[in-house]
Order: sequence, then C-alpha cells, then structure tokens
Amino acid sequence: MIAIEDVSKRYADGTVAVDRLSLQIPNHSITVLVGPSGCGKTTTLRMINRMIEPSSGTIRVNGEDILRKPVNALRQSMGYVIQNAGLFQHRTILDNIATVPRLLGWSKQRARARAAELMERVGLDPAMARRYPYQLSGGQQQRVGVARALAADPPILLMDEPFSAVDPVVRRGLQEELLRIQGELGKAIVFVTHDMDEAITIGDRVAVLRTGGKLAQFAAPDELLSAPADAFVEEFLGGDRGIRGLSFLSTRDLALDRSRVFPVGSDWQQLAGESAGAGPVLVTDADAKPLGWADLTVWAGDVQALEPHGQAFEVGKDSLRVALDRAVLSPTGQAVAVDGAGRVLGLAGQETVAAAIRAARQRRAADSEGVSTVKAAR
Amino acid sequence: MNVLNFIQSFFSDGSHWHGYDGIPQRVWEHLQYTAGALAIAAAVGLPIGLVTGHTGRGGNALAFVSAGARALPTFGLLVLMFVWLGLGIVPVMIPLVVLAVPPILITTYEAIRTLDPSPVDAARGMGMPEAKVLFQVEVPAALPLILSGLRSAAIQIVSTATIAAYVSLGGVGRYILDGLYQRNYEKVVGGAALTAILALLVLVLFWAIARVAVSPGVRRRRTV
Repeated sequence: MIAIEDVSKRYADGTVAVDRLSLQIPNHSITVLVGPSGCGKTTTLRMINRMIEPSSGTIRVNGEDILRKPVNALRQSMGYVIQNAGLFQHRTILDNIATVPRLLGWSKQRARARAAELMERVGLDPAMARRYPYQLSGGQQQRVGVARALAADPPILLMDEPFSAVDPVVRRGLQEELLRIQGELGKAIVFVTHDMDEAITIGDRVAVLRTGGKLAQFAAPDELLSAPADAFVEEFLGGDRGIRGLSFLSTRDLALDRSRVFPVGSDWQQLAGESAGAGPVLVTDADAKPLGWADLTVWAGDVQALEPHGQAFEVGKDSLRVALDRAVLSPTGQAVAVDGAGRVLGLAGQETVAAAIRAARQRRAADSEGVSTVKAAR
Repeated sequence: MNVLNFIQSFFSDGSHWHGYDGIPQRVWEHLQYTAGALAIAAAVGLPIGLVTGHTGRGGNALAFVSAGARALPTFGLLVLMFVWLGLGIVPVMIPLVVLAVPPILITTYEAIRTLDPSPVDAARGMGMPEAKVLFQVEVPAALPLILSGLRSAAIQIVSTATIAAYVSLGGVGRYILDGLYQRNYEKVVGGAALTAILALLVLVLFWAIARVAVSPGVRRRRTV
C-alpha cells in the first residue's frame, strides 16, 4: 500500500503543483490519477519514486517512509512506464526488457530468459526479441515499455500517461491487455491520464485532481459517475455520465423476451396468423444463431429477404450500456441477446433495458442504506 | 607540367621512399603528431562535453571558450609557443590541441544535450545510477554525433599538422616547406597530396569505427 500523507509540492517561483494531497493507494488494484493539465497528477506520480521530491508531507510504501530507502533501490522496486515508452534505441527489445534485472545484478542469461518470459506475458511475438525499437510500432513499443517495467517483478507499477501517444484502437487493445495482466499479477498500479474514459475503463479507484493540485474526489468509477462530488468533477466527467455509468451494470438479470424468436422452418403461415400486427420476429438458423428480422405480414420465408439484425450483445459479459446501444441501433428497437457461443437467448427492447436500469438503481439505494444501517449499529 | 605530372614524378622517384626524409618516415611522424594531438584534445574535450551535456549546465561558458579557441590563429600560436618554449614537440602540440578541442567539445555537448529525453527519464525512473545513465543510455545513443566531432577534429589536425615543419620537426609538411624553399614544386605538390590522402584515410578510419561501435538500432535511426 502506498500512503500519500498531506503531501505538497511548491516550486521556488511560488507555483503550487500539489496542495496537501492525501491518498491511500491499495495493493492489488489500479488507482488512476486523472485531471486537466496542471492538476499535479504527474508530479504526484513522480513523487512516489522520488523523481520529484515533495516540499512537505510524507509518502509511505507498506508503512516505510520512502525517504529512508536509497533512491535507486526505491526506484528499482517500482516499475516505471512513461508516455513514449522511452526505450533505449541502441538495445534490442530483449535487452531493453532485461535492463532492471541486469541493474539488480542478475546474470545476462537469467535476465534474458526472464525478458523472453515477459515478452510473452505482454503479448509480443518472440521473433521481435532481437529487433531494435525503431522497427516496432508505437503500440508494440509501449508493450515493451510495460514488459521492461515488470521485468524485476516489482510490487508497484507507476504509469505516466502510458497510452496517450497511440491511436484509439491500439489504446483500447493496450488497456484490455493491462487489465488482463493485472488480473494475473495483481500489482499496486498508479496510472496517470488526462482521459476520463481511460480512467473509468481501467481504474478500480479514480482520484480526480483539480488545477492547483487539490483532490476533488477519490472514488470507484461507478460511484464517480453516479455521484460526482461537485460541479468540477461533473463537468470533467462529460455530458454522458449517465449512459457511461451503465457500463458497470450487468445484463445478467435482464428480462429477455423469448416469445418472438423462431428457427428457420417454422410454420410461418400459422405464426403470421397468431402474431399478425404484433411486430417483427427474429429468425434464427438451426443452431439458434440469429439470421435477421422478419415482418410476418409480408415475409414469405426467404432468408435472403430478412432485415439484418445488426450486432448482438452477450449476456453476462456485455454491460447494460452495450445492451442499450444495441437496442438503439436495432431497426426494431430490440437488441438481440446471445450467449458466449453466439446462440440467441432472447430479445431486449429499450423498455426492458430501462427497467433493468431502474432495478439496479433501487438495488444500489437499498445497498447504501444497508451500509449506513450497519454503520449506525456499530 | 601540371599537378598530376608533379604528383606522378614525386611518387615515382625512388629516393623519396627511404631514409629519414622518405615518405614512410614522414607519414609515420605525421600520424604520430595527429594521434598525439587528437588523444590530448579528446582527453580534454570529451569529459567536459559529456558532463556539461549530461547536466545541461555550463553550455554558455562552453560556447564562449570554444569561440575564443576557434578565433586563435593556429600559425600565430605556433610561433608564440616556439618563442616561449623553444624547439620541440610541445609548441606544435599546443596549437593542434587548441584547434581540435572546440569541435570535440561542442559536438559532444550538443550530442548529449539534444538527445530524446524520454529514455533518460525512463532510465532514471527505473533506478539506474547517473554514471550508467550517461555511459549506457546517453553515450550509445549520441555516439554517431560524438564520433563526427572527433572526425572533424582529426581531419583538421591531420591537415594542420604540416605546420610542425616550421619548427624543424618532421611530418609531410616537411616536403611542402622544403619544396617551397628549394623551389621544388614537385615536392610541394607531393606533400600536399600526401596530406590529402591522410585526411581521406582518417575519414575511412572513422567510418569503420562507426560501423563497429554504433549500435544498428541507433545507426538506422540516424539515416531514417
């Protein structure tokens, strides 16, 4: 655990970069520092590995004041990833990753073996081991940067806008990769970004800082979205925080409509008689995979003439945000729900999603009441 | 007779190929002066350039000293040193070193100072000691530029070391000076040709050093 206690950073010219900041950064989780430029987020991160010395206050790692450890030993115990990866151009990918183990006095052979292991972990082709950084794309270089930071297996990982310089598609890939690696390794990660979406996506806890280095709010992403502390946080979250908050709600309990899904080869004449005027039905193939929408009053059984069903959402894996998005995009207003194998489980209309949102809200309200009752009882 | 005839007759004269005034002896002397002056200039210029470039401090003072050193007339300095110190190798070495230090110093300083700061930041952030940051991160990346500073210094020395002849020393400048006194233009042109050949050899030598010493990862970046 990293405890930042009442830490300030003032410069000689009077600028205050960080102002009496206190934060508890737990182990085995990703803590994101987010805010506009000039909010002191990078300064805060760099004070943890003493690239910048605080003017006042204390930072402790697992109870020990970081000032009591030799500075290089302290830094070697924390992985450090920066925006442009900062790879050493004259070293091969393998030797870049092996840097910290070599600093720690490992043999070349052992350090390289470890580096090869790390390449696999971050999803780099082993054929790249002997290449030089200029031969890699920005996203690949950033993976090398992450592998290099993890090479000595430090319990803490400091990441300073690591994915800001790559394009959005690659960035999403890197974020997913980071979450996967974190799932395997469980480090204490401190992640700096100016991108709220990124903070919401990867953070277990998000600290929003305001200009002048003051903490505005420190909360889990869903709490941040549903209950911003003040106007600054609300504005920084952007105009669609309600929709974005749905990313944290599961589709598992959606009341799916199974009555309007039929496999090919059904008796369409008879069905048309039963459900005429009741709107479109979803036609699936023999394996229950969706084929398309049909209006039974006009459709004559020709699979080619079905209206495309668009993208489906996977129940349990995708969030209510995805389900709502699919329903909005669907020509019939109904989102197609599938299981992990792509088999149709049912349909969810916009109303169904709305009902699930209301239910989740009530559940959360009940939960927080429960918490306060427990607190009161103590 | 044109210059090519002079060159041809100079190099085909068998008497020019042996003895204390023979080409091998004069070239050997010339290379010794060059290597000596370059070694001293590098011993002065490289450490100062590396340290100022690494710390980013002292750049202005450096530019000032270098401009001053460049403004000194080499030949004038030679005469002055000769008057003060008399005959010998030292009055020759001092002007050559003064000539060679500025390009080494300034290029090394700029080579380090203008490096991409992110690898250095990353190196420090992962707990690399400062000396290793300099020698394992900065120097390898700056090596092509540092070598180019050494190369221009070496070429200036090799062409200017002809002045050694003015204070009764050897080197290929001997042919130029003696030729001028004796009105033997074959010798003058021969000495000048030897100087040019030595300068070309220096170029080839530095090209070879760069091939061996500069990492492919850095070499490729410079040419892209």
